[in-house]
Amino acid sequence: MPFEMSRCAFVLALLAAGPAFATDAFVSNEKGNTISVIDVESMMLKKTIPVGQRPRGLVVTPDQKTVFVALGDIDRIAAIDTQTLAVSGEFDAGRDPERLDISPDGKTLYVTNEDSNTLTFFNLETKERLGGARLGVEPEGLAVSPDGKTIVATTETTNMAHFVDAERRKILANVLVDARPRMAAFTPDGKEVWVSTEIGGTICIIDAETRKIVERIRFEIPGLRAENIQPIGVNMSRDGKLAFISLGPANRIAAVDVKSRKVLKYLLVGQRVWHAALTPDDKFLLTANGISNDVSVIDVSALKVVRSIQVGESPWELVIPGPSKP
Amino acid sequence: MTGQLTRWICGLFGLILLAAPARAESPELDGDKPAQNFVIGYLRRAENRTAISRLSLPAENDGQAGAESGLDDNNVAGEFLGQKFSLAAHRLKPGEDPGQALADLEAKGARFVLADLPAEALLKAADSPAGAKTLLFNIGAADEILREESCRANVIHVAPSRAMLADGLTQYLLWKQWRKLLVVVGSHDQDRLWAEALKRSATRFGGKIIEERMFADAGGARRADSGVALVQKQIPAFTQNAPAYDVMLAADESAVFAEYLPYRTWDARPVAGSAGLVPTSWDPAYEQAGATQLQQRFERKFLRHMTALDMNGWTAARMIGDAAAHDAAGDTSAARAYFLSKDFALAAFKGQKLTLRDWNLQLRQPILLSDGRNVVSVSPQEGFMHQFSELDTLGLDRPETKCRLK
Repeated sequence: MPFEMSRCAFVLALLAAGPAFATDAFVSNEKGNTISVIDVESMMLKKTIPVGQRPRGLVVTPDQKTVFVALGDIDRIAAIDTQTLAVSGEFDAGRDPERLDISPDGKTLYVTNEDSNTLTFFNLETKERLGGARLGVEPEGLAVSPDGKTIVATTETTNMAHFVDAERRKILANVLVDARPRMAAFTPDGKEVWVSTEIGGTICIIDAETRKIVERIRFEIPGLRAENIQPIGVNMSRDGKLAFISLGPANRIAAVDVKSRKVLKYLLVGQRVWHAALTPDDKFLLTANGISNDVSVIDVSALKVVRSIQVGESPWELVIPGPSKP
Repeated sequence: MTGQLTRWICGLFGLILLAAPARAESPELDGDKPAQNFVIGYLRRAENRTAISRLSLPAENDGQAGAESGLDDNNVAGEFLGQKFSLAAHRLKPGEDPGQALADLEAKGARFVLADLPAEALLKAADSPAGAKTLLFNIGAADEILREESCRANVIHVAPSRAMLADGLTQYLLWKQWRKLLVVVGSHDQDRLWAEALKRSATRFGGKIIEERMFADAGGARRADSGVALVQKQIPAFTQNAPAYDVMLAADESAVFAEYLPYRTWDARPVAGSAGLVPTSWDPAYEQAGATQLQQRFERKFLRHMTALDMNGWTAARMIGDAAAHDAAGDTSAARAYFLSKDFALAAFKGQKLTLRDWNLQLRQPILLSDGRNVVSVSPQEGFMHQFSELDTLGLDRPETKCRLK
């Protein structure tokens, strides 16, 4: 593996970049039915937590105390305590929950149910189902606007980004995007929504106010078939300057300058990279590589892959809780 | 066996219980556009397809169920776009004129018609007066001639051709270094065409046909009680005294003998083609690229597995839905132009976009290789390169085509 570095070199890189927060990264292993916990300071695997079948979507509560995991094959959501690193509860999630997100006040959980074309709302205190918004076929990607008022959900077979009013649970707009949209992410200023389209091969940038596509980003990697460049994960740095796009079977992360929309660099990571997460200080990006069963660590300031960490079978998503806010 | 049956029945009940969808608030439409209605035609052959294994006997709604499933998906999108899709289906009676049947569908408003017809009937429909007003989607005929000498500007081929299926299979056999091929061909016309495609493919990619044998259809009862004992003696005798070979390629579209070959050949060799390892556009065991979603959706609704013909129907229906979503289904020429444009990229659970070959209106697509239980591989295989698209290593390529679209 060309991106492997010796432990010594990694420590040097860490020293150069400054230490990360003392926190853990949680990785959902879709086929391993486990959550791998990585200590972010040492970038070492710390624990493996067994959960139910087909864990995929993950979200951290705003108080950083709980990570919720969607368990697609048993139609449930599990809660993991970020201190004890143990499952602390579980509840019914409706059919085939795939991705999760949460309201900024921590009161409502949003779930895309891939098999029933629904965006479901749960009261997080009571775990009660509040209602749902009917979406297109195979809902997947989820994003909440920074002000918490709008949810964007993508549907893979209907090829839409649905804008949903978080309070009324009603659809505000349906934006047709390129083929098989997978993930949506708001820019930190809330002005744009970036939607990755796996088969279309693009990032469709939607103006959050007019709800129209304003630009498309395409990717080109010399020596690679265009069909193998399939945008999936979208991660924005907290300052809104950089976006990291996972390119699936291209085994690469594209680092994109948000303002100019230009790809700064393609970084070779593990095989079939799904989703990724930035450390709370934005110094490292960790990627879940579905086929090579590992997590690649990217030094954000150097735009270099500095390490890979073996995790469970078919890692799919990653979340990294930050320091808890009072 | 009893355990399996019990599991199947329990599974069936589970499916029925799950079939009631959780209704949520209904979606709201964009703007105040008047609703558009699309009637999609479905024209079926009169003949029943045959099979050796009772597991392969086609369901009454084979193909049409796939089209209906595709229309369901279109209608979900349609709820947001103000579009409605409905199916007008017609099954030909023996001897019925396909052109007249197409005219009847056209009179019901169908401009887009899915056709599961034999080659001759398909051409009759395409060349009829109603054909001039419709765009046909060939979902059931693999014949090369429809894509070559007899190609038509109003027929889009969603079903892969015999050459595409053969190339998908041969690429894998050669990747396995199984070069020496023994061809066994049936005595019907379509068997000979399938054998020709397999032989052409072997030559193209560097395989070697070491011998060809013909299995004459003597009209024996396929699954008669005494049949099994007879077959057990017949097949080893038929396949003995062959020169050394790696794989037996069976060309038996008529389903007369191929599925009797595995485990009964004189030499211990694998079988491919019409039995054993079979190239196809879909398999119910296929679960890559999100396919599980579609399989489950289909199984919940129709309480059976999704076949290749169903998938061809689904794909054609989704092509029309995709054109409609892009405002390109107002008339047949707009739709055709859209399918040929670079904007068209269909997601169909094959791991890459499907597009249309502009020289003969054939849908580019990967080919699955099924052993009847699992998908063994998906072609094109790595290493088969193409300057434009690796998918064009499957089937007749632009420089080889005899098609002149008018």
